[in-house]
Amino acid sequence: MSLLEITGLRANVGDKEILKGLDLTVDAGEIHAVMGPNGSGKSTLAQVLAGNPAYEVTGGTVRYGGKDLLEMQPEERAQSGMFLAFQYPVEIPGVSNAYFLRAAYNEMRKARGEDEVDPLEFADIMEQKLALVDMDPAMLQRSVNTGFSGGEKKRNEILQMAVLEPKLAILDETDSGLDIDALRIVADGVNALKRPDNATIVVTHYQRLLNYIVPDYVHVLANGRILKSGGKDLALELEEKGYDWLTGGSTAAVGAGAA
Amino acid sequence: MTIPVAAGSAAESYLASFEQLATTDRAPEAVQAQRRAAFDRFAALGFPTTRNEDWHFTSVSPIADEDFVLLSSRSGDVRRQELDAFKFGTTDWHTIVFVNGRFEPGLSDLRALEPGLTIHDLRSTWTGAPDVAARIGTIVDWQNHSFTALNSALRLDGSVVRVAKNATIQRPIHLLFVTDANAAKGMLHPRNLIVVGRNASATVIESYVSTTDAMYFTNAVTEVSIEDGATLRHYKIQREGRRAFHVGTIEAKQARDSHFVSFSFAAGAALSRTNVYTTLGGEGCGTTLNGLYLLDGEQHGDHQTQVIHAEPNCFSRELYKGILDGRSHGVFNGKVYVHPIAQKTDGKQTNNTLLLSDTAHIDTKPQLEIFADDVKCTHGATVGQIDRTALFYLESRGINAAQARRLLTYAFAADVLETIEVDAIRTGLEAMTLERFV
Repeated sequence: MSLLEITGLRANVGDKEILKGLDLTVDAGEIHAVMGPNGSGKSTLAQVLAGNPAYEVTGGTVRYGGKDLLEMQPEERAQSGMFLAFQYPVEIPGVSNAYFLRAAYNEMRKARGEDEVDPLEFADIMEQKLALVDMDPAMLQRSVNTGFSGGEKKRNEILQMAVLEPKLAILDETDSGLDIDALRIVADGVNALKRPDNATIVVTHYQRLLNYIVPDYVHVLANGRILKSGGKDLALELEEKGYDWLTGGSTAAVGAGAA
Repeated sequence: MTIPVAAGSAAESYLASFEQLATTDRAPEAVQAQRRAAFDRFAALGFPTTRNEDWHFTSVSPIADEDFVLLSSRSGDVRRQELDAFKFGTTDWHTIVFVNGRFEPGLSDLRALEPGLTIHDLRSTWTGAPDVAARIGTIVDWQNHSFTALNSALRLDGSVVRVAKNATIQRPIHLLFVTDANAAKGMLHPRNLIVVGRNASATVIESYVSTTDAMYFTNAVTEVSIEDGATLRHYKIQREGRRAFHVGTIEAKQARDSHFVSFSFAAGAALSRTNVYTTLGGEGCGTTLNGLYLLDGEQHGDHQTQVIHAEPNCFSRELYKGILDGRSHGVFNGKVYVHPIAQKTDGKQTNNTLLLSDTAHIDTKPQLEIFADDVKCTHGATVGQIDRTALFYLESRGINAAQARRLLTYAFAADVLETIEVDAIRTGLEAMTLERFV
């Protein structure tokens, strides 16, 4: 049984259809890169998998760990080991990063029938997680993502991933807005979290991140469908030739704002 | 200032209470005379109507239509342990307790007052400290505000807090007004005076709480004098019973280089109105007026603040936040007057409201009148709902929808709660905010 099986997935934002029959299968232990031009539906795929109610699924099925993912609430998906690293991490003034992380961590534990941890126990857990993404412990006392730089926000996403230890991580344009040092830190964090029993979907526009997070499979998403799949070499080919040779130049400019 | 009024009838039902007080209460003639003058003003003013600009969004007819009985004798039946719920987990505050409007020495903690601090019940100052008693009515404008006039006419009890010059009072002073079931259909008019002497500082908490869901009416007035270089931190905690009516006025006069830091928390009562007024009456003063109101069901909660910049080089900072659920109605009216002489005034006012339901609503009205030309005065108001993106973000981390909502609701209020300098109060109000909207 595959970890994730997407079949014929269709989804709208408002009246506009973004995903138009998408198929994708991900097994444990694999890293998949989903690439594509702006507006191809990459971010929509990520948001739909995480259960964002702003997106309406109009067709197809998604099975996750043998269950019907589309029937699950966003928090159930998370509690079942799905994690979305947001392209634009949300600022939540008034909630400290430490409180937020511990609340999320304890929800996972509760879902697994384990006892909650108190702030002191959690501080011990955080120590090594912080080191993984080279983050100053002082960041834990600040409000979630509030006033963080772009790089700090992305590192904070990977920190959350490290804390929650997902079965399926979806990284949505995690490389966007990162300088090369931050990119390396983020990639190192993701690689360190890789295990035979988990999987990662890396959604990205550029091949750059894939130098550091080496995918087993690369998929090209265009106009709401997977157009082509291949090994990691496909990413290099895309970097060299752009997307037009696959899409016939017709999709490159489609709905850039809707990605 | 002229105020349009409803004629006569409202006052008539209060006449009996006033006459009863005049014949039975053994107050000195000076006090009796003040009461008479105030009752005459109340009779002339009547209750404000919504045609009165200051009461445009708040109808007091639920109060005016009721015949409340003045709670003139001690009627409380509250045990000491019952007060623990209202003390924010502390045991070392200087505490003066009133039950159903009357001083309860047995429930108060007035031993071991810090040097420089005196706390009296109002009645004992009539004979024991007449010079202090004489200051009552000199700070607040009872001639033009009917509820203040009514309080002045029917005041029976309350507290007088004095801080001697240069004294720094470490432990908070708690004026704790409790009502119990015996307050049903009754009214109380607590009157307080707080005088902070030159270069002194103190923290006063004024709580209005209840052990009952009975209907009653609290009409409180607190006068505050902050003398040269002094600082008063004042917390008002309004947690009246859910069927109660509450009108409370705090009016401060600030002398040169003094600081007034006020926080008003309002979570109780069916209908409440809190007035926080201050006059910056000397150069170099600062005022911080913050507040948080939590309303749900059919509650109506109104705050009116007034900052009078009467002298140059003063600042005022104001942050009021409201969280409204159900069919509740919040009102915020923030007045700032800058006199022609008050150059270099630096004023900022903010009112933010979070609406948790489609049926809750807020009327927010900044009111700046600036007659000086070299000033910096800003105001801003926002009304919003729970941020759906933030909600999804929390849910995507495994936090269930209800908890995520609660967390974001609390987070909305977090910055104003963080301004509370007394840890026990901050922690207590944070918990109340987290638990309120489940």
